[in-house]
Amino acid sequence: MRDARPDRDGRLDRRALVAGILDRRGDAAVVAGLGSPAWDCHAAGDSPLNFYFWGAMGGAAMLGLGVALAQPDRRVLVVTGDAEMLMGVGSLAAIGAQAPSNLSLLVLDNEAFGETGRQAGLTARNTDIAAIARGAGIDAFTVGGEVGEGPAGFAGTDFDALAGTLFEKEGPVLCVAKIALSAESGSYPPRDGVLLQARFRAALAGD
Amino acid sequence: MDDPDIPQHRDAEDSDGADWGEQVFRTLPDLGIRHVATVPDAGLGSFLELCEADPAIRLITLTTEEEGIALACGTWLGGELAAVAMQSSGVGNVVNMLGLPNVCRIPCLLLVSMRGEAEERNPWQVPVGRAVPDLLAALGVEVFRPESASGVAPAFAEAAARARQAGRPAAVLVSQRIIGAKSFTGED
Repeated sequence: MRDARPDRDGRLDRRALVAGILDRRGDAAVVAGLGSPAWDCHAAGDSPLNFYFWGAMGGAAMLGLGVALAQPDRRVLVVTGDAEMLMGVGSLAAIGAQAPSNLSLLVLDNEAFGETGRQAGLTARNTDIAAIARGAGIDAFTVGGEVGEGPAGFAGTDFDALAGTLFEKEGPVLCVAKIALSAESGSYPPRDGVLLQARFRAALAGD
Repeated sequence: MDDPDIPQHRDAEDSDGADWGEQVFRTLPDLGIRHVATVPDAGLGSFLELCEADPAIRLITLTTEEEGIALACGTWLGGELAAVAMQSSGVGNVVNMLGLPNVCRIPCLLLVSMRGEAEERNPWQVPVGRAVPDLLAALGVEVFRPESASGVAPAFAEAAARARQAGRPAAVLVSQRIIGAKSFTGED
């Protein structure tokens, strides 16, 4: 397996990062925002406990909050991109207010709109999603990049500490991972929304 | 709320004396609804106050109404129907997010206090208020429009049943004839 060691700019390998974290998910539910974060989660191994967005940009964090509130004994991890998170940035205020102890968010931040032609994103300028989340009362930190200060100074190989934070620490927790702007092979989940919701709901209720 | 002044409402023509907000609140346990998401509106009356005061109901305050659609989809995936309460202007904010319950066949329930209808005194409320029924219909949301205050709670329960059965969103529009038109302090 690839490791997630940072490149010269400190940017992590997204596929290796997501795979390394999801290998340690246990029975956690995963909500994947649209585009590359969904492909990353699918590439790490499809599961009925994964719900993938193919649209509805900006909705991943709130859908994750809904699952977390309805299933307080289930850990929920939202995996999404920087622009998807920013489109739903108000969600961070709602999540901070509800303070679900079982919700974590992993924001894959390549500072670009990777799906649409690599146009520069707002996190390439002054916007710091972890700082916004902290301002909403969420325990938030950054790994990778120049500012990474994550658990054990995450260097792309020690997934146990990072996954432990995301899956076991009292939430809400948000990790911004500065990732390289890379071209990954397609790894596409089903597009059938009814299939995705029915299997996810059954898997959540089933155990 | 759109207006900074303290909300007051003229007498409603179709109030028939019923406290529709309380009656809708009383339906929640039977409908299995424990989560109510909202951007508050004065027109939602006693409903939000009662939800906030009830420890069995979790009131989730939103920054924009589309968050409520995604949240309600999440609670349903976790096994529970949720309600999203908003002013009619909020319907304009939920348009793209309604694709989620539509394509995934997820029931969710919208309670909408109307503006922009007869006797509206704020023209900024009119364009989206006027478009609400057509917007919701175009996006596959079944719309219920009770004709009197005492009809709101039955419409809400019916909308919840239809949403569950059909696996789709449903909305109850509470008209300004029921709520009463908002008046502005100092205006004649």
